[in-house]
Amino acid sequence: MALAGFSWFGTSLAAALLIAMAGMPPAAAQQQEEEPSWAVGRPKNEEAARMAPIAQSPFPTAADKLPVAKLKVPEGFKVETWSSGILDARGLRQGDDGTVFVSSLFLAGKIYAVRDRGGKREVKTIAEGLEAANGIEYHKGALYVATPKEILRYDAIEANLDSPPKPVKVFDDLPGDAPHGWKFIKIGPDGKLYVPVGAPCNICLPSERHALIMRINPDGSGKEVVARGVRNTVGFDFHPQTGELWFTDNQRDWLAEDMPLDELNRVTEPGKQHFGYPFCHSGLMTDPEFGWGRSCDEFTRPAALLGPHAAPLGMRFYTGTMFPQQYRNAIFIARHGPWNRTKKDADVAVAFLDADGRVRSVEPFLTGFVENNNYLGRPADVMVMKDGSILVSDDHNGAIYRISFGG
Amino acid sequence: MPAFLLQVASLLAGSGAGQAQTIEERLGTCLACHGSEGTSEQPGVPSLGGQPTLYVAMQLYFFREGRRPATVMTETTRGLSDDELRELSERVSGLPAPQAPEKASDQERYERGAVLAREHRCQSCHGRDLSGRDQVPRIAPQREDYSLRSLAEYKSGRRIGHGASMPEVVAPLSEADLADLAHFLAHFRP
Repeated sequence: MALAGFSWFGTSLAAALLIAMAGMPPAAAQQQEEEPSWAVGRPKNEEAARMAPIAQSPFPTAADKLPVAKLKVPEGFKVETWSSGILDARGLRQGDDGTVFVSSLFLAGKIYAVRDRGGKREVKTIAEGLEAANGIEYHKGALYVATPKEILRYDAIEANLDSPPKPVKVFDDLPGDAPHGWKFIKIGPDGKLYVPVGAPCNICLPSERHALIMRINPDGSGKEVVARGVRNTVGFDFHPQTGELWFTDNQRDWLAEDMPLDELNRVTEPGKQHFGYPFCHSGLMTDPEFGWGRSCDEFTRPAALLGPHAAPLGMRFYTGTMFPQQYRNAIFIARHGPWNRTKKDADVAVAFLDADGRVRSVEPFLTGFVENNNYLGRPADVMVMKDGSILVSDDHNGAIYRISFGG
Repeated sequence: MPAFLLQVASLLAGSGAGQAQTIEERLGTCLACHGSEGTSEQPGVPSLGGQPTLYVAMQLYFFREGRRPATVMTETTRGLSDDELRELSERVSGLPAPQAPEKASDQERYERGAVLAREHRCQSCHGRDLSGRDQVPRIAPQREDYSLRSLAEYKSGRRIGHGASMPEVVAPLSEADLADLAHFLAHFRP
């Protein structure tokens, strides 16, 4: 999610206004003064004046009030509620024995475990009191949990859902900022844990420790940077055939209604590529403040553009066999939807790749999350189940939907 | 122990904390400190009149779960159900919004605060009249001591809030800036 932060832009805007006013003829300056001083420079349009991160209730939506009947999928697919009452449901991972682990972000501070009991889902809270623990991963029987400050490991988790073990601290060499400090983590085909560190701001010159994706050994050793110029990735996965890392990235706020466009990126040379932030956005435009003297040609361009302020979060390559052949190795992407834009839109999109691994098209797949420009729900992560169906988390309602084909 | 803490302690004890209370009784506990007309007279205790319902509900949730630091509020909300939090937030937000005093006590600080509010886009989320909406609180007029403490808690990382927007906004501000902002918010008249 692209979050508020406008200190740099706000300061420069105010400075520009002061300079502009100093050179104004007296009549114009007089006119400006008729507005109370606190109001100078605010957007004139009431909608823009009220643009804020989207509200989220601290109470999950009751099962019978979920918008599932309004959700749409392509012909032959079916969408249903898989589980509900999971406040702030975000990241999804499945254990070897079938447990679905669910993370949360700002509200709940919890990690949940969902078990399928004869067609009914049983939800347990297995950890609580965590701060922004959005990042989870299941690997060799253990659950990894990442907060902005540290990565923890809960061993033999599935055998101990009722009394989870005390976690082992794996890694804490992280800046721990509140803005964009929350994580998405995943084990790569190289057996390493991939960990992002976002920019600690909307737009600023990040330190060497920020705006990157790194990888570490599962024991926390061997840290190395994989990609730079990454503002805030909250979703990535590895191509099932090439092993290449693909990631979504949330671009800066407050530039314009329709710019910049959020990105889907492809890492072809780990450790060598820079994806543009804060100098170039969307591979299309240099930043009005940090882009002077720079060119978008210096940076790796996005593999696909996913829409203005669209907030693409979790993404997964489709590795199942339940869906038709064309979906094999396509990428499902949860677009959480903008707050920093007047027109709202949210969906799960699907990106189809060609034989060379280039994005052929990006199409809406699960839609119906917006009614009268209000969110009915907001997808946060997607996950391919062992049976080939996919789960979609909705943090707005605290629910998980399942999409299946045929049958 | 500060006077208002004693008051809370006696209220909790007197009403049989832990036992079933009606919503009226619980609301009485809230308003004893926060002010029965929506405006607080207690040092450090915020006025709640006219706060958006969702903001109040979210804070009550954070207090109950021990996720926003405030000993008294954590005690007061312990064991309350989601429905009780919901109803209390509706009742509290229905109280009249506080009124700003006629004139700022320090016009220079007020002006400095106004410039900071503009530069850091307070109105962008809190609205042109700073009355808030949904999960975004009404921030003016508000008790100066409470606003200052809130801003300082966001700056120190003690409080993150929903969305982590505020820690980022206050990061470049000095302590003096925060004090000027709080003074502006206390005396703000739309």
